[in-house]
Parts: sequence; C-alpha cells; structure tokens
Amino acid sequence: MAAIDLAVAAIAGLLALSGVAVALRRYRGVSGFVYAASAALCVALALLGGLVLATRAGPAGLSLPIGLPWIGASLRLDALSALFLVLLGTGGATASVYGIGYGRHEEEPLRVLAFFPGFLGAMGLVLLADDAFTFLMSWEVMSLLSWALVLTHHRAAAAREAGFIYLVMAGFGTMMLLLAFGILAGAQGGYGFDAIRAAARAPATTGVVLALVLIGAGSKAGLVPMHVWLPVAHPAAPSHVSALMSGVMTKVAVYGFVRVAFDLLGPLEWWASPAVILIGAATAVMGILFAVVDGDAKRVLAYSTIENVGVIFAALGLALAFRANGLGALAALALTAAFAHAVNHMLFKSLLFMAAGSVLSATGRRDLDALGGLIHRMPVTAFLALVGVTAISALPPLNGFVSEWLVFQAVLQSPDLRQPALQFLVPAAGGLLALAAALAAACFVRFYGVAFLGRPRSPEAAGAAEVDRWSLGAMAALATLCVLAGIVPGALLDLMAPAVEGMLGARVPAQLGNAWLTLVPVAEVRSSYSGILVMVFVAITASAAAWLVHRLASRRVRRGPAWDCGFPNADPFTQYGSGSFAQPIRRVLGTALMAAREEVEMPPPGDMAPARHAVTTRDLAWSHLYLPVAAAIEFAAARANGLQFLTIRRYLGLVFASLILLLVGLAIWN
Amino acid sequence: MSGYAFDIAHLLAGGLVLVSFMMIYQDRLYSLLNVFALQAVLLSLAVGWQAHVQGAHHLYVTAAIAILFKAIIVPWALHRIVQQLGIHREVETVVSVGPTMLAGMGLVALSILLMLRLTAASGNALAREDLAFALSVILLGLLMMVTRRNAVSQVVGFMSLENGLILAAAGAKGMPLVVEISVAFSVLVAMIVIGVFLFRIRERFDSVDISALDEFRGERR
Amino acid sequence: MELIAGLVLQGLQMLIVAGLAPGLVGLVRKVKARLTRRRGASVLQPYRDILRLMRKDVVLAENASWLFRVSPYMIFAATWVAAALVPTFATGLRFSWTADLIAIVALLGSARFFLALAGMDVGTSFGGIGASREMMIGALAEPAMLLTVFTVALIAGSTQLSNVVDYMASPAVGIRVSLGMALVALVIVAIAENARIPVDNPATHLELTMVHEAMVLEYSGRHLAMIELAAAIKLMLYVALIGCIFIPWTIAQPGAGLAAHLAGFAAFLAKITLGGTALGLFETAIAKMRVFRVPDFLGAALMLGLLGTLLMFVTRSL
Repeated sequence: MAAIDLAVAAIAGLLALSGVAVALRRYRGVSGFVYAASAALCVALALLGGLVLATRAGPAGLSLPIGLPWIGASLRLDALSALFLVLLGTGGATASVYGIGYGRHEEEPLRVLAFFPGFLGAMGLVLLADDAFTFLMSWEVMSLLSWALVLTHHRAAAAREAGFIYLVMAGFGTMMLLLAFGILAGAQGGYGFDAIRAAARAPATTGVVLALVLIGAGSKAGLVPMHVWLPVAHPAAPSHVSALMSGVMTKVAVYGFVRVAFDLLGPLEWWASPAVILIGAATAVMGILFAVVDGDAKRVLAYSTIENVGVIFAALGLALAFRANGLGALAALALTAAFAHAVNHMLFKSLLFMAAGSVLSATGRRDLDALGGLIHRMPVTAFLALVGVTAISALPPLNGFVSEWLVFQAVLQSPDLRQPALQFLVPAAGGLLALAAALAAACFVRFYGVAFLGRPRSPEAAGAAEVDRWSLGAMAALATLCVLAGIVPGALLDLMAPAVEGMLGARVPAQLGNAWLTLVPVAEVRSSYSGILVMVFVAITASAAAWLVHRLASRRVRRGPAWDCGFPNADPFTQYGSGSFAQPIRRVLGTALMAAREEVEMPPPGDMAPARHAVTTRDLAWSHLYLPVAAAIEFAAARANGLQFLTIRRYLGLVFASLILLLVGLAIWN
Repeated sequence: MSGYAFDIAHLLAGGLVLVSFMMIYQDRLYSLLNVFALQAVLLSLAVGWQAHVQGAHHLYVTAAIAILFKAIIVPWALHRIVQQLGIHREVETVVSVGPTMLAGMGLVALSILLMLRLTAASGNALAREDLAFALSVILLGLLMMVTRRNAVSQVVGFMSLENGLILAAAGAKGMPLVVEISVAFSVLVAMIVIGVFLFRIRERFDSVDISALDEFRGERR
Repeated sequence: MELIAGLVLQGLQMLIVAGLAPGLVGLVRKVKARLTRRRGASVLQPYRDILRLMRKDVVLAENASWLFRVSPYMIFAATWVAAALVPTFATGLRFSWTADLIAIVALLGSARFFLALAGMDVGTSFGGIGASREMMIGALAEPAMLLTVFTVALIAGSTQLSNVVDYMASPAVGIRVSLGMALVALVIVAIAENARIPVDNPATHLELTMVHEAMVLEYSGRHLAMIELAAAIKLMLYVALIGCIFIPWTIAQPGAGLAAHLAGFAAFLAKITLGGTALGLFETAIAKMRVFRVPDFLGAALMLGLLGTLLMFVTRSL
C-alpha cells in the first residue's frame, strides 16, 4: 500500500472514531479508549509524513468516489502535505495522550469525545485535499467541529459568545477562500488543483487571489485585524483542544496560504510581498502586546499565538519577495524559517496550553492573579512549563530561538532585493519582529513569574497538587522535542528540505553534515549557530562554576524570612501581580496601540471608602473596524426587512429587474 | 572623486540629518537652540567641504554666512527672546516625541527613495546623496513646524528647513552668490519679522502658544 | 598544533574577560569618586567584595525555590559564554562560529530572563518591580541592539563577530554616518543593559527607582557574588564589543605572531581603560532619568539603529 492509502485510512479512522465515541457513550472506559486510539492514529500519521519526507517520495494521488459527482474527491500527498501531516500527527498525538488524563475532569466528556477525533481527521483531510471542493469542504468541517469543541462548556455565557464570534469569523473566512478558489478555477470551472496550477493568470488576478487567501486563511490563523475571534475562542475550549487549535489548526491555515501562494498561484509580482510582510510584522507586535497586558492564563497564550503566526507570515512574505526577485536560495531560507517556526510553535504552544490546563485542573483558576507559588506544589509541571516559556521567548539553546534566528538571517539578506521599497521595508519589519521577540520574553516572564513563582494568591493555588501521569507524559514529550529541535535543528531543517524544494525548486544547504551540528543557512562567513555547543558550553560553565564555588568557597545555606529591604509584608497581594507587572510596557506602548487608560478614583479626605485604580485596554480593531461594520450590516438589514412585505407584482418586478441586469452584464462582458 | 572626499561629505550631510532628529528629540527650548547652532556649524562645514571639493570659492562665503548668522547670531537672539519674554522653557508638542520620530523616519525613507530614483541618471554620487539628505532635512524641518505648539520652536523648525535648502544648493554645482545672500537675508528678515511677531503675540495674548492665534480668528472650537 | 593554539587562545580570552571584569567596575567607580572629589575605594575593591561574598553563608528566603538557587549560575554561564564569543585582542577564536552576534544578544537575553524570574521567585514587591522594569527596558533595548547588528551586518556582510572585525579592520570600510549612528545606538543600549546612569543607578539601595538592585535584593553570599561577577562580565562584554567593532585595527589577526598578540592585548587594556573612564565621566555628568523617560532614551537608540540601516542602503545603492 502506498503512503497515501495509509494516510487516508488513518484519517478515515479518526473520522470514524467520532462515531465510535457516540456509539460507546454508555461504557465507562470510552474516554480512555477514544483518546488512546486517536493518539495511535496520529502517531501513524506523523510517522507516515516523516517517512515520505525522509525517503523523498514523489507526490502520490488518490481519487475517492465521494463528493461532487463529476469530480469525486481527489487527494494528494506531496512533501508539503507530509510536512504538515508530521506537525498534525505530533500535535494530535500529544494532545490525545494529554486528554487521557485531562478528560477525566470533564463534566460532559461526550461533548469533547464526539468531536475531538473528527476534528483531527478533518484537519488531515485539508492537508491532503487536491481539489478546491474537497479543500473547502474539509476546511468547513474542521471549522464546524472546532466550533462545537469551543462550545464544550456551553453553560458559560462567555463560551457561548466566543462560539458566536468564532462562527461568524469562520464563515467569513471560508467565504473569502470560496471566492479565491472561484477566481482560481476560472470560467471553465477547473476545480482540480492540477488544472489551477496549469492555468495562466494576469498579475492583477493573482494579486486579488492572494489578498483573498490572505484574508481567508489569515482569519483562521489569527492575522490582525481578523484576529478578534482567536483570543476568545481558543481559551474557551478544553485545554488539550486549545492546544490543538493554537498549535495545529493555525498551522493548517498557514498550509492553506502556502499551498495557494507558493504552489497554485504561480509566479507573483514583487509588490504582493510587502503587504504580507507588513501584516505579519504588525500582527506579531500587536498580538504580543495584548498578551503582555492580559490577565487570563489561557488568553495570554492565545494572544501569543497571534504573535507567532505573525512571525510565520512575515517570513512567508520574505520568501515571496525573494522568489519574485529570482533569489531561489534565499527564498528557501525564508520559507524554511517559516516552516521551522510553525513546527516549533506547535511544540511549545501545545506544551504551554497543556501546562495552563494542568494548572486549571489543579486549582480551578485561569486568572493569573489567583495563582502563584505553584513551583512548590506542582514541581514537574512547573519545570516543563519553564522549558516551554524559555522556548517561546526565543532564548538559546531551545527551539524558539532557532527559528527566530533563521527569520533574522533571512531579513539580513534584504540587500540582495532589487526594489528600494523592499530594501527599506524589510529591516524595519525586522525591527518590529525583534521588538515582538523581546516583548515575548517580557510576556512569559510575567506569565511564569506570576503563576508559578512567588507566593500563592488564593487558597486554591495554595492547595494545588501535581496532575496525573498521562498529562505529565504528554508535556514531557513536547518539552523533550523542544530541546531536541533546539540543539539538533539541522535534522529538522533537512527533514523540511523536500517540502521547501517542492514549493520553490531550491533549498537551504544540507545541515546534518556540518561539524558540531552547526546551522549554516547561507555560508559560514555570513553566519552560523550551533545549538548543541551553546547548550554544552552553558551547561559546563554553569556546573563547573557551581562545583568550584561549592568546593572552594562555601556551601552552607541558612533559611530566613524574605528581606525585601527590611519591610516584608505577609499579604500575598503585595507581590507584583499580572496588572502591575505589565504596567511599564502598557504605559510605554499601550497608550497609543491599545487605547490603554488608567483611572484613579481617590475618595475625599475623611471618607473611608477604598481608593480604586481601574485600567482599561481596548482592541482598536473592534472599535474601528468591527463595530462600524456591524452597525452598517444592522442598518442594511433593517432596510432589507422592508422586502418582506411587498405585493406579488413588486416581487415579480424585482425578479424581472435582476434578470435584466444579469443579461446586461452578460452582454457587456461577453 | 576620491573615496576620502566622498566619505567626509557623506559624514557631514548625514550628520545634518542626524542633528535634525536630535532637534525633534529635544524637550527643552535652550537645548533645542544649542542643537540648532550645532546644525548650523555642521552645515557650514558641509558647505565648506563642498567648496573645497568643487573648487567653488564663492561657497566659502555661504559657509561663513551660515556660521555667522545661523550658528551665532540667530541662536543668541532667540536665547535673548526666550529670556526676556520669560517663555515657558519646555517645548510643547502636539504629538509626542516617539511617533514624531517614527514619522520622521518614514519621511527620510521617502525622500531617499524619491531622490535616488529621480537622480538615477546623474552619475555624481555625491550630489545625489546630498540631495537626498537635503530633502530629508527639509521635510524634518517641516515636520517640526507642524508638530510643535511653541512659536520659538516653529521658528527653529523653519530655519532648519532653510538649512536643508542651502545644503541642496551647495550640493548642486554652481549656485550664484546672489542667491546665497538673498537666502541669508530672507532668513534674517524672517527672524526679525517673527521676533516682532512674538512680541506682538505676547502683548496681546500673554502667550506664545500659537493656538492663541486660532482663538483670536475664531477657528478654535 | 593549530588546534591547541586556538584552544589556548580561546581559553585565555575567556579568563582575561572574567579576570579583568571586576577591575573595570572598580575603575569606573574610582573615576566617579575622583570626579566628585572623593578618594574612593581601590580599583581592586570589587575583587575583594566578590571573594568576601563567596565565603559567606547564603541566607535563603523561606519560600525560595530551586529556580532561585540555580539562576545565579545560569546567569553567570550565559553571560560568560556570550562574552567568550567577543574578540578582545585576537580574532582567530576557536569557537567563534558557535554563535553569531544575534545569538550573543539572545544569550544575554537568557541571562536577563532568568534574573527577572529569580526576582519574582521570593514573592516580594521589590523583586517584582525590578523584574517588571527590567523586562520593559529589555523589550526596548533588544530591538535597538538588533537594528545596530543589522547595520553592522549590512556593512560587513556577516553577523559572525570574527568576520565582522576582520572586515572592519580592512581598508574597504570608509567613514560612514550609519556607523556613527550604530555606535551611538550601541552605547545607549550598553548603558541601559548594564543598569548605568541615567537609566538605573548602580550605587542605589532602597529607592523606588532602582531596577537591577531591586531584582537581586534577596540574593546573598555566593549567589550574589555570581550575579555581581556576571554583571561585571556583561559590562566588559559591551566595552569589548564596542571596541572590536569600532576600533578594530589593533586586534591580532589569525596566524599573527606573539608580538601582534601582545600588542593587541596592550591595546585592549587601553581600550577598556578608555571605556571605563568615559563611562565614569558620562555618569558623573548626567542625572538619572525617571523611569518613564527611559523609553524615549531607548527609543532614540531604536531610531538611530533604523536610520543607520536606511542610510546604509543609500550608500550601497549609489
């Protein structure tokens, strides 16, 4: 059997597993069984994808007799699909293993079980689709199943509102994709991807399609300003589903964009790239800025997803720019950076969402200001979360740094671009990305410091206990992968090479042969980085220093009360909390970008009422884009309401008028 | 042209742009005036170097005018005005410094893009670069006039704009001396007019905030 | 043979950086004391302080976690490894290809990250205030630093420090305004990163404006010694970095003889003396800013970095 048959079988298994879950709902062990089975199927998918990449197998197609009668459903497994299958399989498998333990806390387990495997299967189907109909169909199934998962805790009003916003935005995104594929297919209706690839288009058409796909896939990925649903919907789902949505589903959206922009659309002019680069960089900064000021553990993670998606899209934009200039090797560097960041983000964001889920199940609290001191009560979770925050803050020697470093290397190649506008834009975007990376470090010092360090701020946090072995196992696997991808990045890059080559016809040089597993993306005189050596050096230096100091100087420890300049306060609320930690950055950057306002309400002398300090931040996308649009729709709907109460003659008149209009249109354009 | 001559001209012209940014960054009137004097000194050096490189001796006169009027007399006079009028010594901004600097950055990028493209036909690297930098200085001066409330800082913005014009004129070969003198005089005249103007505003409205003028004209809501 | 020579050179540089770093701190303090007409402690005082701290007991706060105890060594190691990659008196570093300038910035970021976490670990208000402000300063300083790196890398065509130094020492580099801007930006970043006046006051204690000191308030004994040593190495790193990029001509090229290396070393000593004196002068001459003026200061560095990059393209495209 070919790889694609196995992959389709695994995906069909995942889809069927949803039905099995419903059928077996009366049995006690169903939760464990479903999660274990979906974990096994996901591992199979990841291995299949890895195999296809490692053996550099050519694309294989498969046609199923379902779907539209005259097309059927055509599927195809090439290197790009295989790469994202690896990503999906890894994220899905760890989320499923985590679910075995985490699912026990669920009040209505069936509300997750019935949709979870199907959601994974639908994402797999998107990756394999080889015609527009199958692609859009599975995209929509993916959206709807994830929507159902967002509504797991449907009794909470916030979750219902999140579900509504998500549904509207998902519908909007799919509509944009529908339009894009409609234009791609052309008047003849060649919906197969082969036909789309073969067709020739005017530059203006490709520009329009690119914009539509950027909006459609970007709204699923969380690009500013289509990001508004993401920070409400991702955290509303159970934590392992949040991990999937943030870690994997946004990457499926990235896949959609890459598939269209690099594969189906054909050559693009250079002017298409600045928009992608700018939107990506702006998304990165805005996403992380909101993450820095938010007080909800899971929402912080969701906002940081927006940031990472921004980084990925900026790198994709760079790849488009290099490709338009005929610089294949550099485009490959940028595309590799984007792919590497997609994989890395899946690893550490899943890890962090799971850590947040563990904290949630141990304490029942999601707001950072109710947590604290968990490093003492949940030591393993705390250690694994530390790996996650170090990775996501782009610190060497972990994996987050590798992909950010690759992006910066791509930015540094901008002098080779011929257009002065791009030459100016790219370093500025690089500056924005650097700002986002530095803000991410601040954001996750805050996240970790408030939740895990210090003293507990609530009785729940003080009484927390370590979570079950399954959850810890899933997190440990992800943490190990984070470290491995950080110190042996060459393996990851070499694995991706066929996917990059399939898109651009060029690749970055093979890395695994380099001495000391050093990364050399362009040439050694330009830049190189060896994660493993940095790790070894830091480890040796740190342990040698510790050993020498303990050996030669002093090793005694006394415990005493905290010093705090002589005025320690026993109240845990005197610690820096989430709001106070964010205050400097909020003041510096938030006033303009988030309309952050502080109000102090000071009671007059003699009044015993407490003084109040209120901080408000706003998402400017809401007030400047969505609310006006919503108002306009409301207005139009009110007007259109009148159409319900017309006479038959008027209705006929309307039909007649539209017929005439269509005919006139036909007369003009033919 | 030797690399060495180009390097120095580049250094001086680029320095002018940098000083323009320093002017935007200042939040005290006195230090603003000092920075303006520094810009004038740099300008005269740049013009002097052009005179040396091009062998155009009349440009030395321009350099001398620049250093005499703009680096010494005008800052000194403005110092006195500020002192005598007891003007508030902080620069009052409409938009805060950060966004203004960002906007300035955009303007520099724009002028470089524009000038390099417009002058692509000319082979003279020095003149092209000078023109690009000069346009940057002019636009930054305008930006400063737009974003400052205080009349004194607007005067300074205007004169730094003038500096940009002179830099451009010196970079493009062969500007006759007549024009230079007239430019210098126009600056002087402008300064006198504005100086008188300042006194007038003060007499009437007890403020040099130009929004007082808007109020007088009934434009202020 | 070449391998051994390379290793010796690398090890020597590491030891020199760590060994001279407290002396540089002592020098700055001495200069500041003399300028304010005090006699001041000996230049060797930081060495004595560190040794004394090493021998003392550690007093740990009751709820300090393992992270609090591990962090000082991590911070020290990350800083020292970063410093080891900066050429001080010779370029032919054995491991210079391990990490480039961007990785050096990120290693320093790691040190800051763990320092801020350690500041939050005990759960005191001072630790939090220090961590929060340090991260704000870092969030603005790091992009400024990276833009400077961009400028330098655009000129030298490399982010690998040894290659950058070799290129900067070659006659191919003319005087460039963008280099000057990069220099100013780098100096501003160095001042902010090393918690010097006007961003932070290294001599302060029990003040609401302190940043670095507030974070390390709970540390004592050998832990504090490691952190102080790391801070000294960081100052040394920045002085060496500025020296090797902007005054590269005295650094011994790979394969140069012993005399060249000795000359390079003498020049390095002169550079750090110059840098320390200049820093002392600057700190004495200027007043500390309030915390919310710091973003403007660092914003200026950010702008200079960006402007430098822009102007670089002008000269390239001519």
